[in-house]
Amino acid sequence: MPFKLTPQPFKAAIKEVEVGCGAKAIKLGGEKTFPFYSFDAEMPNAPKVGVEISDLGFENEVAGIKDFYGDVTNVVEMAKKAAAMEGADFVVLRLESADPNGVNKSVDECAELAKAVADAIDAPLAIMGCKNDEKDGELLVKVSEVLEGKNAMILSAKEANYKTIGASAGMAYGQKVGAESAVDINLAKQLNVLLTQLGVKGETVVMNLGTAAAGYGYEYVASTLDRTKAAALGQNDDMLQMPIITPISTETYGVKEAIASEDDMPEWGSQETRAIDMEVVTAAACLASGSNAVILRHPASVATVSTMIKELM
Amino acid sequence: MALTGIQIFKLTPKKNCKECGSPTCMAFSMKVAQGAVTIDKCPHMSEEALAQLSEATAPPMKTITIGAGDEEHKLGGETVLFRHEKTLVSKNLYAVNLTAADDADAKLAAMTKVDYDRIGERMYVELVNVKYTGEGADAYAALVQKAAATGRTLVLECADADAAKAALAVCKDKGPVLNGANPSNYEAMSAIATEAGVALGVTADTLEALYDTVAALEKAGNKNLVLDVGTASIKDAFSKAVLIRRAALKDEDRTFGYPSIVNIGAIAAGKPELQAALAAVFTLKYGSILVMEDMSYAQALALYGLRQNIYTDPQKPMKVEPGIYPINGADENSVCVTTVDFALTYFVVSGELERSGVPCNLLISDAGGMSVLTAWAAGKLSAGTIAKFIEEHEIANKIKNRTLIIPGKVAVLKGEMEAKLPDWNIVVGTTEAVQLVKFMKDYK
Repeated sequence: MPFKLTPQPFKAAIKEVEVGCGAKAIKLGGEKTFPFYSFDAEMPNAPKVGVEISDLGFENEVAGIKDFYGDVTNVVEMAKKAAAMEGADFVVLRLESADPNGVNKSVDECAELAKAVADAIDAPLAIMGCKNDEKDGELLVKVSEVLEGKNAMILSAKEANYKTIGASAGMAYGQKVGAESAVDINLAKQLNVLLTQLGVKGETVVMNLGTAAAGYGYEYVASTLDRTKAAALGQNDDMLQMPIITPISTETYGVKEAIASEDDMPEWGSQETRAIDMEVVTAAACLASGSNAVILRHPASVATVSTMIKELM
Repeated sequence: MALTGIQIFKLTPKKNCKECGSPTCMAFSMKVAQGAVTIDKCPHMSEEALAQLSEATAPPMKTITIGAGDEEHKLGGETVLFRHEKTLVSKNLYAVNLTAADDADAKLAAMTKVDYDRIGERMYVELVNVKYTGEGADAYAALVQKAAATGRTLVLECADADAAKAALAVCKDKGPVLNGANPSNYEAMSAIATEAGVALGVTADTLEALYDTVAALEKAGNKNLVLDVGTASIKDAFSKAVLIRRAALKDEDRTFGYPSIVNIGAIAAGKPELQAALAAVFTLKYGSILVMEDMSYAQALALYGLRQNIYTDPQKPMKVEPGIYPINGADENSVCVTTVDFALTYFVVSGELERSGVPCNLLISDAGGMSVLTAWAAGKLSAGTIAKFIEEHEIANKIKNRTLIIPGKVAVLKGEMEAKLPDWNIVVGTTEAVQLVKFMKDYK
């Protein structure tokens, strides 16, 4: 009996979520298959690549990132360059300076910067908080307000602060809400249920299921992504059908392989090459398991991952 | 058709002799039904029962053994498509591509440089893919000989019968793969591979042609195969890899129940970063042998870490070896810090300690590979286990410093530890690893 290819698309689909406005707006999700299973059915929207920039600038980054931004002196100019980066689909502004244990900039100051960035670029914008749940609870509410009309992605609402962020970003000001949980399908689902009960529409939520660098407990990430897509598509689980966004660079630039200097580890070779490989390998693994968007930092990583997505589509 | 455990049980002798390694015939039957063991493990099956069962209960994907001696590797044998369904059993192997146009000595030397240990696993390029490019049988055999001298197992990418014979003459004892069969030459190549006793790589432009060729090879008695997904394009290679594995495991079509070869170096030539990205994709989605143009340390660090994660058994935690791990150039006078042997804990804690810049000795005791609180709750991390570790590893003789920082989450152990280790100064550390940098700096 000869081999016959039978397409096996699912009946259920991932929800389609649009971010940004105008010609550059992007759509995440919408597929009825596992990632890149084009033989089952075409994915209507290719996974997207975001470029992470920090409001603390780029002076601590590796040489390739510094060279890319060159003599840029402010965050708004940096965002413009990031938006024009080859392979970039959207820009992610990380408001690190709001961290109360760091620079501790005021909420208003940070929100003003977010507004200035949003006005300066036409690429879709995502805003990341400072990882302090309490401060983010205030900060992202304010940011949602000043970005009204921009259809931005607010990263992220967590269990600790989902009420304020969900209500402002998702309901009052028409942004998209990132729902962040810690590498566990049940926690992810619970947060989506909570947000929905609050009144946030499922169609305005994007999930961040948590992340880890390759080699650092990544098996939990892979299995959480796999299981989430399987439940969303195979079991038509409405509370897990939101598209998935996975920040990569925030994890990979913190591991030894990416930060050990060449002086300390001469046999490992160039630190920059290691940082790029760690970033692209982790991103590619996430995309292979179902991330609908990844967030990266290095221009070479953005170009590589974007090329890979095009080749696989 | 797959049989259920009960159907298999009816055919067993029901003696519960345990000779198969399972406690009862019922337990054995259940394992056979899941594809975890093969029916021939039972020495008491009748011939008829065996014949009836072996075809129906054969695992959906064959396990192909390549290499020899210490360099023996297993490919395939998977029973599930996703690691969370059960476990993935045969990690993918990496090969570096070598052709007559390369500076063979330099390339092989660069390849052997990547060789290190990560959580008890040796990380190195297991295979060399020696590609025949029409240089003639003698020249090819000489190149193969050079590659074989590294001790690594070879993949002979060669569809030329004479060159293949010459190459196998110099390396067949080392269990190479002869990757050279296609729909037009498979009979001749299969005869060469079978005579040398090596696995045969098969390729074809379409899945239909590949399927027919594999079926013909199986009919001729060769079931020692590896399927090459070809180099038409990245998309085509990915589709083939997924469809072959899905046909075997989900649709139970055993004709495609073989491991795969993906030549990433060929579909992303000259682009090392793209090759790394694709290697990650094929690690998750069904590549068994991944051929790269080169394997730099940078690629290896990320890819081997990923592979180690994906191929861990979900039922067995990743553990690091108990012992003393000096950090930031610590010596016998440096402060001691202790935590559990769960690999993730170790990596996070050692990473933060390194960032602190403070020299310290990290003492890892055997906690069954559990995290701090889990190990404590299970009795694997207690004042007793730490005291025993300090005694057994003769820490007192090796380190003069008598300060020991314990995880903040088990602060409750302080009193008992002071009683068990009277000459030590027990200090309660932080509850989270991220706080360690500040803690260590302040402590200093």
